[in-house]
Amino acid sequence: MSASTIVFYILAVGTIGSALLAVTANKIFRSAVYLLFSLIGIAGIYFYLNFEFIAAVQIVVYVGGIVVLIIFSIFLTHESGKDMEKPNTMRVIFSALSALFACLFTLFFIREQTFIKTLNASVEPTVKNIGRQMLSTTEHGFILPFEVVSMLLLAAMIGCIVIAIKSRPAA
Amino acid sequence: MNEIGLEHLLIVSTCLFFIGIYGFLTRRNMITMLMSVELILNSVNINFIAFNKYLFPDKLDGVFFTVFIITIAAAEAAVAIAIIINLYRHYKSIDVNDAEKMRF
Repeated sequence: MSASTIVFYILAVGTIGSALLAVTANKIFRSAVYLLFSLIGIAGIYFYLNFEFIAAVQIVVYVGGIVVLIIFSIFLTHESGKDMEKPNTMRVIFSALSALFACLFTLFFIREQTFIKTLNASVEPTVKNIGRQMLSTTEHGFILPFEVVSMLLLAAMIGCIVIAIKSRPAA
Repeated sequence: MNEIGLEHLLIVSTCLFFIGIYGFLTRRNMITMLMSVELILNSVNINFIAFNKYLFPDKLDGVFFTVFIITIAAAEAAVAIAIIINLYRHYKSIDVNDAEKMRF
């Protein structure tokens, strides 16, 4: 067992363990912090696979953006420190059973499947290659989805402002 | 089984996906449900990157799909939290059972 394998197993166990704690913790703030560790573990997996750009985006957007947003909304809507209401036992049992069996079913299919690798020469996922292909207007470029996503972000921003704005009673 | 291959990553992402499903089914609090959805989206991202790395190293399509999924997840989280805060103002609760009327 080489060092790199051990690193991968540590990352995988940390990610899955903190994800499990995030969905089962009693206090909502602890749940958010476990989610943070799980997302950092996923960024570590991307670093392990040599996708540095995706790992950086994961840390900036998820860890720096979404989790901070979630923690802010927890402070706006909860008395943190109070325990959350426990879900009823029957629901927990049936959800756990269905998730467990679906997981085993999928793992069985992954075991049975043989994956065939392409034989073409590989492209390094460097920032330069990613940027060139994303903004190219030729056949394999991704400029159109890029622009559509920028429109979507603008629409989401305006939508957030419209939804969350305090409406004053009419004078 | 000593070398880390595609199967290892697929096992990790499958476990994360169904942990997210379990959280989505058991939690009745909107913010924790949103956290479960984030876990599910992350497991999908791991799959895209793993297939890109191990099966199609000649293309970068998995990277682009991952970047777009992360962007849309950020937009979705922002809109969802705006809706949650607005609901909290109306009902003083963010439990899904209390939010029966989602209108102004």
